[in-house]
Amino acid sequence: MRPALVRHHTKNLGDRAYAGVLTGLALLLPLLMLAVAGQLTVSAWPALKRFGPAFLWTSTWDPVAEVYGAAPMIFGTVVSSLLGLLIAVPLALGAAIFLTEFAPRWLRQPAGFLVELLAAVPSVVYGLWGVFVLIPLLRTVAVPPLKALFGWTPFFSGVFYGNSMLAGGVILAIMIVPYIAAVSREVLLAVPASQREAAMGLGATRWEAVWTAVLPYGRSGIIGAIMLGFGRALGETMAVTLVIGNRHDLSASLLQPAYTMAAALANEFTEATTQMYLSALFAVGLVLFVVTVVINALARLLVWRVARGTAVGSKAL
Amino acid sequence: MTARAIRRRAKSAVMTGLVVGLALLAVLPLLLIFGDLIHKGATSIDWNFFVKSPVPAGETGGGVANAIVGTGIIVALACLAGIPIGVGSGLFLAEYGNGRLGWLVRFVADVMNGTPSIVVGIFAWTLLVRPVGHFSALAGGAALAILMIPMLARTTEEMVRLVPNSLREAALALGYPRWRTSLAVVARTAMGGIVTGALVAVARIAGETAPLLFTALGNLNFSTAVGHPMQTLSLQIYVYATGPFDEWHRLAWAAALVLMGLVLFVAIAARWVTRERYGVR
Repeated sequence: MRPALVRHHTKNLGDRAYAGVLTGLALLLPLLMLAVAGQLTVSAWPALKRFGPAFLWTSTWDPVAEVYGAAPMIFGTVVSSLLGLLIAVPLALGAAIFLTEFAPRWLRQPAGFLVELLAAVPSVVYGLWGVFVLIPLLRTVAVPPLKALFGWTPFFSGVFYGNSMLAGGVILAIMIVPYIAAVSREVLLAVPASQREAAMGLGATRWEAVWTAVLPYGRSGIIGAIMLGFGRALGETMAVTLVIGNRHDLSASLLQPAYTMAAALANEFTEATTQMYLSALFAVGLVLFVVTVVINALARLLVWRVARGTAVGSKAL
Repeated sequence: MTARAIRRRAKSAVMTGLVVGLALLAVLPLLLIFGDLIHKGATSIDWNFFVKSPVPAGETGGGVANAIVGTGIIVALACLAGIPIGVGSGLFLAEYGNGRLGWLVRFVADVMNGTPSIVVGIFAWTLLVRPVGHFSALAGGAALAILMIPMLARTTEEMVRLVPNSLREAALALGYPRWRTSLAVVARTAMGGIVTGALVAVARIAGETAPLLFTALGNLNFSTAVGHPMQTLSLQIYVYATGPFDEWHRLAWAAALVLMGLVLFVAIAARWVTRERYGVR
């Protein structure tokens, strides 16, 4: 890292004030994060105290009887996100490898720009498209062959009405592809050209150079990119809420409606009539917050190992 | 050529083809989305759409003037708080951020960037809605500001770090105090990049829905009062998409096209600001 303004004490009042103001502004970020954690914990406390850790594996969600358990939501969040990753990772890595290793030079710049633009499409627009285009497509094109092939397994059993875990996973995949592709692309760009040249110099084909030199060098960064995508999928709200069906069910079948933590917050937060109901929703929010913070922290450390300290992915907002 | 060499070349060609195929497949759904947006949205937009407020359910016509104005107001509120804090944090990271505090702030900014926006929404609710007892555009603006700050901090830092150190040294050698060097020379040189960062952040928050659900809430009438519920395009799309009427679905597509156009316009403007200096990156 380049030496910026050297940090040492100076007698100049203006300098001290300037450093003080900037430090104060910068301190707001960690304080904000502490405040979010604190507020969520305090508001979730009544529910946490009453239900204890069993909140995480109880599958009843009954506002009338005041019994709350988040298992179906946690299950739905994790399964839909994993399903999204399963579809998105090959596509995103393919796109990133193509853009950095194989694409003709004139294509790289506009294609990179396009990927970044796509990451700016609002979630609710994906949701709208999911409801009116994706679900009919799934119903007519994707589900009949899936049922014919795998209908005997529990994963594709039951009648497909549209809003389902499958629709949620597919829309998540579409949403996180540009994100994983953009971060992986930056990671691959950070791999020194000498790695490729050394492999090619030893007689490797283009693909062998990518597979044996470039990808291993960027491995931790790519894993980080995938985890960033996973974190994003876990917290994704609007698109998933519109297509996943929003039912507190635990079903192995991808064709059945499901629920996610974020979707539950979106749907039920303004309808929570009792203190305990609200507190249970805050507990859901706290779980979601803690999980995404842990995943993002790990992902950042991994990405930083390759592309040291840079705001990798910042352009893929 | 030995059989082994042929096999290796063939494998390279096949894998290259596979990668190209995957890349095309990755872009396909996004082309479909844009196609549908333009096709279904454009046929629904007319002049009334921009100048009228929504009509009661069941009637045809009406527009989203209230949502367009509301989006503008809430985004402006977010910028008012988010830009000074975000840019200030970014300047801190670039100028004084090599120590332990810098590492912490950088790390927290990156982690906050990945925090679900709905969580930020309920946080803003506890701070600005629960104490006063009603929803407000102000709370929505605050939620969006919280989303902006970490993004802006990181892009500002990156842009300020691109300024050559020789500029700093020249100003210091001329006897400028550090704070004036930082503001009048360094930050000013990086201004284009900082503006780009701010516009990209605006493009992202303008489409946010989840953090506004229980802060700005939405409003069927035209309103510019920041202390009260306010409509945005994103909330309007959500309401129309979940409603039962075909007329609503038509309006949802139109609103989505307008929102998308707005976001793209800001994102392209962001690129245009820095087209020369950082055009390569």
